[in-house]
Amino acid sequence: MALLELENVHTYYGHIHALKGISLKVNEGEVVTLIGANGAGKSTTLRTISGLARPRMGKIMLEGVLLNNVPPHKITRMGVGHVPEGRRIFPELTVRENLEMGGFSVPRQQLQERMEYVFQLFPRIKERLNQLGGTLSGGEQQMLAMARGLLLNPRILLLDEPSMGLAPVLVDQVFDVIHQLHAKGTTILLVEQNARMALQVADRGYILQSGQIVMADSAKALQNSEVVRKAYLGEE
Amino acid sequence: MTAILRPEDITANKLISSAAEWTLQYVLKPIGQILLFVFIAGGSISLLALVVGFVLQTDWHGIDILRVPARINLFEQVLRQLPNMLLDGITIGFVYAVIALGYTMVYGVLKFINFAHSEIFMLGAVVGYEVMMRLNEAELLSSLPPLLVVVLMIVMAMVVCGGTAVIVERVAYKPLRGAPRLVPLISAIGVSFFLTDFVRAFQALNRNVFNMPYLTDRVPFFNERIVFAQGVSTTYTTVIIIVSAIIMLVGLNYFVNATKIGKGIRAVSQDQATASLMGINVNQMITITFLVGGALGGAAGVLFGLKTTNITPYVGFIPGLKAFTAAVLGGIGNITGAMLGGLLLGMLEAFFSALLPYFPALGLGYSDIFAFAVLILVLLFRPTGLLGKKVDEKV
Ligand SMILES: Nc1ncnc2c1ncn2[C@@H]1O[C@H](COP(=O)(O)OP(=O)(O)OP(=O)(O)O)[C@@H](O)[C@H]1O
Ligand SMILES: [Mg+2]
Repeated sequence: MALLELENVHTYYGHIHALKGISLKVNEGEVVTLIGANGAGKSTTLRTISGLARPRMGKIMLEGVLLNNVPPHKITRMGVGHVPEGRRIFPELTVRENLEMGGFSVPRQQLQERMEYVFQLFPRIKERLNQLGGTLSGGEQQMLAMARGLLLNPRILLLDEPSMGLAPVLVDQVFDVIHQLHAKGTTILLVEQNARMALQVADRGYILQSGQIVMADSAKALQNSEVVRKAYLGEE
Repeated sequence: MTAILRPEDITANKLISSAAEWTLQYVLKPIGQILLFVFIAGGSISLLALVVGFVLQTDWHGIDILRVPARINLFEQVLRQLPNMLLDGITIGFVYAVIALGYTMVYGVLKFINFAHSEIFMLGAVVGYEVMMRLNEAELLSSLPPLLVVVLMIVMAMVVCGGTAVIVERVAYKPLRGAPRLVPLISAIGVSFFLTDFVRAFQALNRNVFNMPYLTDRVPFFNERIVFAQGVSTTYTTVIIIVSAIIMLVGLNYFVNATKIGKGIRAVSQDQATASLMGINVNQMITITFLVGGALGGAAGVLFGLKTTNITPYVGFIPGLKAFTAAVLGGIGNITGAMLGGLLLGMLEAFFSALLPYFPALGLGYSDIFAFAVLILVLLFRPTGLLGKKVDEKV
């Protein structure tokens, strides 16, 4: 059974039909990427998985358990870590407090261990524990957001455009961490504009176009596909 | 303000390294801050008093339209009144501060002014009265230690008011969460009327009373005076009010800044959706906010009752309005601001109450007008309140 499975999911914002029947799967240990233009519905897909948006039709299942009507905080506690678009650091909490919030549902003893783990991945954060979240640079905020999402020790990590607005060096760093996580067996659903790098790290990928999945294949195959190269990799 | 970071201090293992540091952080620092606020509020009012007194003393500007009796030297009067004025201002200021916390906390998480909070406060005063009456009927009032009586009153009021606030949220606000912002506001006004009339009906049936005088004169301790200097004295009641308020402010500071739930509440007030992605139960945090805000409001009601010694079901309105103003003055949503705002407002009120009786043409009744005029002036220059700030968000 797939770890996460979406079956014909339809999500609306009022009258706007944002997701028009999305079906996708993420297996344990996989990195799967979701690629699409602005407004295609990538963030909406992630928000629908984590309960921030509700599907009007279809099924969302985590190891066969239906998530459709589970409140977001419970979905999180079931092991879905969502690092949202735009990082959403709590600006008036310190870095330490932001991390503590990430570990809100984690028992104290384990939290310690998890903290050490994320500090290994993101050593920069450890130097800034007492700084207010809102005063971090964009890159640092992204690191913090990912660290915060990992504290929970999620079964699956949803990453929404982690490289958005970052300088090339930082983009490399972010993808470096994703590679490391992959190597450690963390399951990831990665939403990216940077299709090239996303397809390099991913096992499989889905191409999303105005709320519909138009292509699904292994990352290799997508990288070589004519259509993808033209539309998303900017090649002639 | 950025703290100086010393990496060697910052170990992830220890949130707080020692008991001494803990005391410093969560007891001494907030008390210091409160004292600083008292000092700021008191200092600025003293200065105002001196300037006003000095100006009024000279008669070149024809203040005789105000018909001040010529033999009164206003400067001297103001000076003489200053210590008691400050004490008065601090006392009532602390009461406002504690009520203001309820407004500001709820505003923080829901961006909504809970206008029923003034009636929660009134309910607290009534619960305090009931506890006193029952103790008296059980002939315990004068035999129990007075401090225990006060603690009983406050604790009962906190329990009843905290519970009531939670029920009010469930029944009157939660179903309206998605509605336009004015709708829950109207609901709050409705709850206000309901609580007032409920208490009035209850006390009419229960004791057939409307006025509820506190039995402070049955316990001599409450009215015993502490004399600081000639002409400067105060009652133990005042001391009780100030001390309990400080305990509550320090307690709240600890709760909000040091406990997991408190941090969760702050996270929810900054970004509800993201907080829920952290596994924080947003509804639970909102409930706890109402519980804590209501409990503080109830406690403030008892303190207010002890100070004014006579309450009615309508006693919530004016102090509630003032506490709300204090919250806005300090910067709504900002807990520290609520404390500062409460103290400043209390001081302003005490100042004008002390000064205005010398002007037969004006009189005591005008003190609120002047106090609010000052507030409006402050808000003209700082619309976000004294400690409120515009947060610019990084995208
Ligand atoms: N809160 C909302 N209310 C109404 N419409 C929305 C809302 N959020 C998203 N939409 C609409 O739903 C569609 C999908 O949006 P979504 O944010 O999922 O796109 P995206 O693929 O993540 O785009 P981007 O790459 O720009 O982040 C868009 O047409 C968008 O305008
Ligand atoms: Mg998006």
